[in-house]
Amino acid sequence: MRVAWFGRLVAVMGLTVVASIAAQTPSAKQTASSAPASNAETGHKLYTSIGCWQCHGYEGQGGAAGPRLAGRLAPFAVFSMYVRRPANQMPPYTEKVVSDTDLAHVYAFLQSRPAPPPVESIPLLQK
Amino acid sequence: MARKHSADRRRFLRGAAVTGAAALVPDRVAAAAAQVPAGAPSPHAQRPTPAAVRETDPHVEVEPLTTDRPGGDFMVDVLKSLDLEYVASNPGSSFRGIHESIINYGNNRMPEFLTCCHEESAVAMAQGYFKAEGKPMAALVHGTVGLQHAAMAIYNAYCDRVPVYVLAGNTVDATMRRPGVEWAHSVQDAGVMVRDFLKWDDQPVSLPHFAESAVRAYKIAMTPPMMPVMLVIDSGIQEDPIAPDVASRLRVPKLTRPAPPQGEAGAVTEAARLLVNAQNPVIVADRTARTPAGIARLAELAETLQAPVIDQRGRMNFPSRHPLNQSDGGRQLIANADVVLGLELTDFWGTVSAFRDSLHRSSRSIVKPGTKLISITTVDLFVKSNFQDFQRYPEVDVAIAADAEATLPALTEACRKLVTDDRRRAFEERRRSLEQAHARAREASRSEAAYAWDASPISTARLAAEIWAQVRNDDWSLVSESGNTSGWVYRLWDFDKHYHHLGDAGGAGVGYGAPAAVGGALANKKHGRLSVNIQGDGDLLYAPGVLWTAAHHRIPLLTVMHNNRAYHQEVMHIQRMANRHNRGITRANIGTTIADPNVDFAKIAQGMGVHAEGPITNPNDLGPAIQRALVVVRRGEPALVDVVTQPR
Repeated sequence: MRVAWFGRLVAVMGLTVVASIAAQTPSAKQTASSAPASNAETGHKLYTSIGCWQCHGYEGQGGAAGPRLAGRLAPFAVFSMYVRRPANQMPPYTEKVVSDTDLAHVYAFLQSRPAPPPVESIPLLQK
Repeated sequence: MARKHSADRRRFLRGAAVTGAAALVPDRVAAAAAQVPAGAPSPHAQRPTPAAVRETDPHVEVEPLTTDRPGGDFMVDVLKSLDLEYVASNPGSSFRGIHESIINYGNNRMPEFLTCCHEESAVAMAQGYFKAEGKPMAALVHGTVGLQHAAMAIYNAYCDRVPVYVLAGNTVDATMRRPGVEWAHSVQDAGVMVRDFLKWDDQPVSLPHFAESAVRAYKIAMTPPMMPVMLVIDSGIQEDPIAPDVASRLRVPKLTRPAPPQGEAGAVTEAARLLVNAQNPVIVADRTARTPAGIARLAELAETLQAPVIDQRGRMNFPSRHPLNQSDGGRQLIANADVVLGLELTDFWGTVSAFRDSLHRSSRSIVKPGTKLISITTVDLFVKSNFQDFQRYPEVDVAIAADAEATLPALTEACRKLVTDDRRRAFEERRRSLEQAHARAREASRSEAAYAWDASPISTARLAAEIWAQVRNDDWSLVSESGNTSGWVYRLWDFDKHYHHLGDAGGAGVGYGAPAAVGGALANKKHGRLSVNIQGDGDLLYAPGVLWTAAHHRIPLLTVMHNNRAYHQEVMHIQRMANRHNRGITRANIGTTIADPNVDFAKIAQGMGVHAEGPITNPNDLGPAIQRALVVVRRGEPALVDVVTQPR
């Protein structure tokens, strides 16, 4: 019988570390210029095909297994460094399986995620 | 195939002399057996000797064809004495005797027979039922193959410290087995299949033995740490007439439940001293609140110390909107703590450690040097060897082998005695800080929930918010939440009653969610509660027949699918392996997803007599679909809404 063994511990560890990196970084707008030339649409396809969505959600909104990326991206250099050699639970995406160019496309996709609607505009979140 | 009856087992052949002792027997069966007139001729006198029976065709002339006093009737008397409301079961011939006694002699009340489509469902229903109702349900399983089906669910209940009262059929006497299947379904030692994750089991060889073991099993199961128990019930004892000499010895033993074990006074005082003097104490609760009183007791301790509580949610331990509930920031609080109190933790080591699942696995403590760890748990009173659910060894400073809920009043009182005015002022300051942190966490949850609000597949935050909007004004109960919705219900809903959530599988055996939800909903039914189940797709596919059980028994239950079309945990595991091995990182879907074709859960449910609609992919369609389903649920029936969701 299968046993789901990723525990709450693992999820929280990943959130803590990556979110703390994100908290130390400038906004996405400030860092966009440091990323290689890229295409958000291509990035969307890559984001889906190479499995980023599995932990971070299809919209980069985050979840139990991975932190939110939409709206709080680290600078591309930090993002790239973390993806290549993650410090915690995230599996490493080396140059051998994802090129720097493709990583830039993924980054562009994440940058393109629209801001969420204001919480105040969502009645269900006022309960 | 006709069953051959031996004179040895047909003990009525020994004679029907009724002694005066039979008048002392309290149960109805024994009384019936005692109604043989004193002067009536003994059947023994009209029948050949046992040896003669063996040597001739036992069918002819010598064998009575009916009895109105089978052993199963007395077994039912015993079960009634244990206040067992239900027996969940998939029918099997090894227990046909007691099955018939339950529905006819017992009038199918106390216990009532619940028709299940899989033994795993029957046991998981019992697990969910207990956590809502606080008393065990029986699960009646067929010999060998039924017990094998039940095994994983029994293991879940064992890990979850839930008493399930398992009754397993068997035919012990090899010379009495029908040729063929009955041999394949009989076993020398049924218990060995599941003994490693039972608290106790027995195979009674007589009705008096059954009575004593049945009461003993109940007592053992219900004494913390609570766990499943099993009685293997021989088909012969169920089916054979109660011999008068046995009837004279039949009685139901008195059940006296032990008081749960409380912590030793000296250790409790030492724990209180550490907690009161701590600058940053943290209370962590997992399977702490066994009863509604547990929630109040934990709140009392937390408020005495004004200490943060991290709820690991093995049970409904602590109100989600209590200002001292700091579950969202739990890891950071533990890292800053100087004292950590763990109450019935599944994994204390994991609570205070970080583990990295990398090519080279590594771990480290996350607590500061010198941090004192206090454990109160019944796990220290009962540990088995083979299955490793006991987790890594925690190096604690004060280990109190006791029931946490029972020990909390003494611990709180000991703390109160030690609190000085200075400490009280410090506590009040800490309270203000924690109130602010709690408010910030709530606000952050709402902000986070807004991301991907309009996305399709539907976000798990939106899923949780849409359900909450429809049930929040009811007396609701989240009976199960499988498939991992990133904890959104706990971040957005207002939990404060013991039935507001029922914890998880315990052993993480997938397939628990749907049947446990039905069991929990059955318990909630008589209390008029609205039962809600957030249902993982992979989990439901293990044994979807439990939807039919819900429809058949008119169990009101709202099931909302968290249908991410995958065994998503395994998708991530395969992705991890692919990344680690630097190859094929685009194929983690192979063997892990449930697509091509997509499963139509609404059709499955409809086919089992359950109102259903979906799949819903537009988040704006979700609220109205839930409303329509609730119309059905509120009139007393199950309903299902299939929702295509984000992975987590």
